[in-house]
Amino acid sequence: MTTEVKDTAIAATVPTSQPPHPLVEFWYHFRQNTGAMIGLAVILLIAFVALFANVVAPHDPNIQYREAILVPPVWQDGGSWRFVLGTDDIGRDMLSRLVYGARLSMMIGLIVVTLSLAVGLALGMVAGFFGGMVDVLTMRFMDILLSLPSLLLAVVVAAILGPGLVNAMLAVSIVVIPHYARLTRAAVMAETNKDYVIASRVAGAGPLRLMLVVILPNCVAPLIVQATLGFSTAILDAAALGFLGLGAQPPTPEWGTMLASSLQFLQRAPWVVTWPGVAILVTVLAFNLLGDGLRDALDPKLKR
Amino acid sequence: MLRFILTRVSLVIPTFLGVTFLTFLLIRLVPGDPIEVRVGERGIPPERLEQLRRELGLDLPLWQQFLDYIGGVLTGDLGLSLVTRNPVISEFFTLFPATIELAVAAMLFATLVGLPAGIIAAVKRGSIFDHGVMGISLTGYSMPIFWWGLLLILFFSVGLGWTPVSGRLDLLHYVEPVTGFMLIDTLLAGEYEAFWSALHHLVLPMIVLGTVPLAVVARMTRSAMLEVLGEDYIRTAKAKGLASKRVIGLHALRNALIPVVTVIGLQVGTLLGGAILTETIFSWPGVGKWLIESINRRDYPALQGGVLLIATTVMAVNLLVDVLYGVLNPRIRHSR
Repeated sequence: MTTEVKDTAIAATVPTSQPPHPLVEFWYHFRQNTGAMIGLAVILLIAFVALFANVVAPHDPNIQYREAILVPPVWQDGGSWRFVLGTDDIGRDMLSRLVYGARLSMMIGLIVVTLSLAVGLALGMVAGFFGGMVDVLTMRFMDILLSLPSLLLAVVVAAILGPGLVNAMLAVSIVVIPHYARLTRAAVMAETNKDYVIASRVAGAGPLRLMLVVILPNCVAPLIVQATLGFSTAILDAAALGFLGLGAQPPTPEWGTMLASSLQFLQRAPWVVTWPGVAILVTVLAFNLLGDGLRDALDPKLKR
Repeated sequence: MLRFILTRVSLVIPTFLGVTFLTFLLIRLVPGDPIEVRVGERGIPPERLEQLRRELGLDLPLWQQFLDYIGGVLTGDLGLSLVTRNPVISEFFTLFPATIELAVAAMLFATLVGLPAGIIAAVKRGSIFDHGVMGISLTGYSMPIFWWGLLLILFFSVGLGWTPVSGRLDLLHYVEPVTGFMLIDTLLAGEYEAFWSALHHLVLPMIVLGTVPLAVVARMTRSAMLEVLGEDYIRTAKAKGLASKRVIGLHALRNALIPVVTVIGLQVGTLLGGAILTETIFSWPGVGKWLIESINRRDYPALQGGVLLIATTVMAVNLLVDVLYGVLNPRIRHSR
């Protein structure tokens, strides 16, 4: 009875205003972060280039123009518009290789994040929800993985599985699983004892329903942020493995692999080394900017 | 206090055992077995194959192999390198000082630059300097350090000729290793020219390895300072008329340092991981380069031992930071 009275009273004072849809509110906060908007724009651009690589790239990334070996970029002496960013040591067009490399890097990011997020989410959720021995064992195992420097672990896994792009992606995925598991566990533990979860439990919801339908949607925010930042880690680590010869193998136009295979031309033709690095840096930076922006926009504590 | 330290140590033991088990599994997860993979297609007489397998203990049942391995680990025997036939542990510790020297230099660089940058950015919040520091540190954080190293070599070594391209010391000099730390050894030997040479060799690798920690330290310092600067006691200090240098340097910084020190401790893993890349680029004769070479030579015992020792180092340093933290901050010590 009393609540009804309250409701009508409020309705009377604020007749039309409704709280904005969460997405609208999120966008309002996100839009004010210039860095994040730049990051988003760059990522959309790279995604576009990656998706339409066969249209965007002026040449086939693996065709060797024997008459055009180590041609400098267009603005240097001897450069031509035919190869805007120059060619590498066996006459392949740098720009086209970079464009196809974008496709690889975005794919690496997507696969690594999906894989590690799925496994980490499942482990963290089970550990946080059930607690007890399951929790202790899972988290101890995660601690073990975390006690190894991530790049070292990735290198070792790649060395055992053998070099190659698929194995490199697997290696990087394994390395980042603990981060998702820990994050999920912490979020799940914070939610599990809240009233709405207990209410569902009392109403007879089973553990699967409680975990996936009731709790999970309330743990998504930190995971979105971590997944975005995970793209940058994945791209960076996969490139590092490629550079060490443990990732994608030549002639795959993966950015790290491209760097490694043109090392001896560092002095003669700096552009073969410069561009792949710029591509990695810009992509990783864009994802980090976006991740930071998402964190600020999604974190209720920081909202004004 | 003793109770606190013992609790922390006891928490690390299961992790250490887990890592030991993991490194044991590692060498056995290699498709085929390490000897076959190493021998490759060349093929060797079957009796030699058997002998090599026996040497690694691969002919024994798995549980016995594990017990032998644990026994070896506890007595400091990590087996022999397949390539050099030297004990893995002595190879590791011959090269380890080079890595430590590089990592300590990188951490010093990161702290000495990152701390002041973070403090000034926080104090001048919203200024051009603040935006600059934040922009640069996010770029540093996103940097593929293997490429960054190449750029620095291109600019400073090849272009300007200021620094050497690789190694730890010019071939003109020879210094008897005493501590294994080149900067200390050259001073001990009284060879000042060699000291300069060693310092020149150290600069670029130090910057490359220190870039990511520098970014982390600067960001962490800024946010910790911002938090502390909003506290009541800072307002009080300002209100009673203290000079702002004193307020920032003494009242604020002291309290902001706690999270910063923790972050610095956590960078040890990043440093040792980054050392793999940095040492490979600069031909720095440390354990990172050695590990990659071991992988390329399919020297699995060396890889196994190296990984275990690096993981142990990371755990030991984290434990030390943890304990120091408790010693410095009574609130942590008594919380549990």
